[in-house]
Amino acid sequence: MTNSPLTPGIAPARLPADRIVGNFADHEPPLDQHEAHVAADRCYFCHDAPCVTACPTSIDIPLFIRQIATGTAESAATTIWTQNILGGMCARVCPTETLCEEVCVREVAEGKPVEIGRLQRFATDTAMARGLHPFARAAATGRTVAVVGAGPAGLACAHRLALHGHEVMVYERRAKAGGLNEYGIASYKSTGNFAQREVEWLLQIGGITVQTGVELGRDIKLEGLLAMHDAVFLGIGLGGVNALRAAGEDKAGVANAVDFIAELRQTDDLTTLPVGRDVVVIGGGMTAVDAAVQSKLLGAENVTIVYRRGQDRMSASGYEQEHATSVGVRIICNAAPVAVHGNGAVREVEFGYVADTADGLQPTGETFRLKADQVFKAIGQTLSGVPAGAALEGGKIAGLPARVWAGGDCTGGGEDLTVTAVAQGRDAAEAIHVSLMGVAG
Amino acid sequence: MANLTTDFIGIKSPNPFWLASAPPTDKEYNVRRAFEAGWGGVVWKTLGSEGPPVVNVNGPRYGAIWGADRRLLGLNNIELITDRPLEVNLREIKSVKRDWKDRALIISLMVPCDEESWKDILHRIEDTEADGVELNFGCPHGMAERGMGSAVGQVPEYIEMVTRWVKQHSRMPCIVKLTPNISDIRKPAEAAKRGGADAVSLINTINSITSVNLDSFSPEPMIDGKGTHGGYCGPAVKPIALNMVAEIARSPETHGLPISGIGGVTTWRDAAEFMALGAGNVQVCTAAMTYGFKIVQEMISGLSQYMDDKGMTSTADLVGRAVPNVTDWQFLNLNYVTKAQIDQDLCIKCGRCYAACEDTSHQAIAMLPGRVFEVKDEDCVACNLCVNVCPVENCITMTEMPKGAVDPRTGDTVGDYANWTTHPNNPSVAAE
Repeated sequence: MTNSPLTPGIAPARLPADRIVGNFADHEPPLDQHEAHVAADRCYFCHDAPCVTACPTSIDIPLFIRQIATGTAESAATTIWTQNILGGMCARVCPTETLCEEVCVREVAEGKPVEIGRLQRFATDTAMARGLHPFARAAATGRTVAVVGAGPAGLACAHRLALHGHEVMVYERRAKAGGLNEYGIASYKSTGNFAQREVEWLLQIGGITVQTGVELGRDIKLEGLLAMHDAVFLGIGLGGVNALRAAGEDKAGVANAVDFIAELRQTDDLTTLPVGRDVVVIGGGMTAVDAAVQSKLLGAENVTIVYRRGQDRMSASGYEQEHATSVGVRIICNAAPVAVHGNGAVREVEFGYVADTADGLQPTGETFRLKADQVFKAIGQTLSGVPAGAALEGGKIAGLPARVWAGGDCTGGGEDLTVTAVAQGRDAAEAIHVSLMGVAG
Repeated sequence: MANLTTDFIGIKSPNPFWLASAPPTDKEYNVRRAFEAGWGGVVWKTLGSEGPPVVNVNGPRYGAIWGADRRLLGLNNIELITDRPLEVNLREIKSVKRDWKDRALIISLMVPCDEESWKDILHRIEDTEADGVELNFGCPHGMAERGMGSAVGQVPEYIEMVTRWVKQHSRMPCIVKLTPNISDIRKPAEAAKRGGADAVSLINTINSITSVNLDSFSPEPMIDGKGTHGGYCGPAVKPIALNMVAEIARSPETHGLPISGIGGVTTWRDAAEFMALGAGNVQVCTAAMTYGFKIVQEMISGLSQYMDDKGMTSTADLVGRAVPNVTDWQFLNLNYVTKAQIDQDLCIKCGRCYAACEDTSHQAIAMLPGRVFEVKDEDCVACNLCVNVCPVENCITMTEMPKGAVDPRTGDTVGDYANWTTHPNNPSVAAE
């Protein structure tokens, strides 16, 4: 029997294979050369450009765009990578509409910013297609550094350390390097196995060894790493997931959105991936949107995001919210889960409306139920597996023993974005380098 | 609706938009299409003398430069005069003119620099009933070895001599087309006038290499790895052409000599500018080659609307209106003091004015917190660079300081008109 969006329960292949393939194709197709030149020509080459300030990695955006405009996209890529070695992925996943493009003077003036993200992708794709890796290692320093976590922060840190001539050992608990780039980004934002291709490209610098399947706390200990290496960088991300704290959340069909997203990314044939007919996603961030949109693209009939605060408080950008609603996802705000109902498996989720008051969220007393055979929890991730000796503040690593640095989502300072993690990993590498060599640069 | 009919040296046309002697006017087929589209006149592509026609290259004839969206800004060509037999051209000219009596049809000519050759060609074209001739002394290629084209156009004495022959052996109105590849455009214009020319037309194309291929190191357009200078035209040459037209229009020696304006005319506005600087009509080529003949409709409607808005009823009301305002530098009013002013509501905070002023001008713009840009009147020399680099129209403007005000930069009071000729720093004034 062929499945359809109306098939009850959780089922694969709700849409014909070609529709599913089409749904997960490049969300925003790459610019071709002419489009890139036209888009680049719109850049005003601002003095002390606001876009550079808005970029967590401070990429010299006007310069790289001018380099594209003058037919040297490869030089543009070098400009990008010098600040952000994962510029290719960031071009795909950065919420540019709340970063560089939000402050572009043409966004302010006309509501139509220079397409910085797409231009960045054009530059990095062009250079990667030519097999360019415009960095060469400095002479070996004889120092070794352990990097825990092969996510954006760890990779950025490792590359910069290797560049300075240090020997880097990367320990990754999962089967593949890439972190959230590999396991946590919506599939249509990173097509063509880009995350792995980018990791392979990055490792061309040399001097970096990646060990996968090695988990801090289980297989290795911080003390052991410190004994073997001159310094340690922790880029362990957020390994835990917040609970709903609603009755019945242990019922079958209730899962973590991050696990669903990861499974989807690791599924070669998406027609084999089951999805519910009625999917409810609880949360208001990018993870919620990614889980909801992809459920819809797999063929779920009804997908609803339920968020406990007002829509303006959602951490998913306006652009992401619009994308969700454009594919047919419904967004309900000011409602929090009360209970998950069902006999063994989830059948309905009960929500109570809440008012966002000065005294915090207050239930209004009014409730409603949504049909659900699959529920994704996307109400935030938490730090887990923190090594002894690390001090926490606000659920993030805030203090570390000597010779240990950290960056990325496991630390505070900035949003939990790929680009922020890259900046922190890079800057930690510079700090480690200074510490090891006793000199700047 | 304004009357666009023009009478240029006795040649009438329903509008002042003519197609210049160039590839678009090389054949009956093209010229008929042009007239059907509404062009007021056509200068038929240059005819040579009797005998085997010239040959053109068989590779690219045109090179170009573009803006970002492939907008063609400048074009150059290495095409010669017509490469079709003289008889064919003459037959076609006659055929077209018979059917399009209300349109101007001028024949461009270029023959060897001897009286017999000119006498002969003039005799041959008499029968076509064309309205006039244009002497091509400007083709950058010419046929220098045979004393034609710019080889003549760069020597005022030759221009005068040939023009005199033409006027002697023909009753047709005679337009002399001038090459810009010369240091003082007034000299050939004066020579043409002395020779009896009824008008001059300018500019012909400018010697140019559009680009160099950085892989093969050949100039563009490239013929088998080599290139040669071509004639540059299109929007990019308009400012050069406007100046040369103005120089002739305001020179006492040539003032009043009818001018047909050529050089980058792309829109009605360009045409109006040429006419304001003294051109009685304009000739167009690159714009037609870029967009096709239909553009003349916009030129007609645009010029009509402009003239209506200005209360002008005939093109004569427009021609030459700006000429009295073209002067020499030493007569510019040194007591005209302006200051840049930035409209903070329009400013989009790109900072280009700041970068331009700070790096390359007079450090007269302050960058304040919040990316607010403000002009420092005490440093502003009113150079206008900020106005020119600002991407927002009318965001930065020049405001004139009223008479009696004190310029905070110089401490001087703005006074009455005074120019360099009476300025104390002028050595020739001090010598008196």
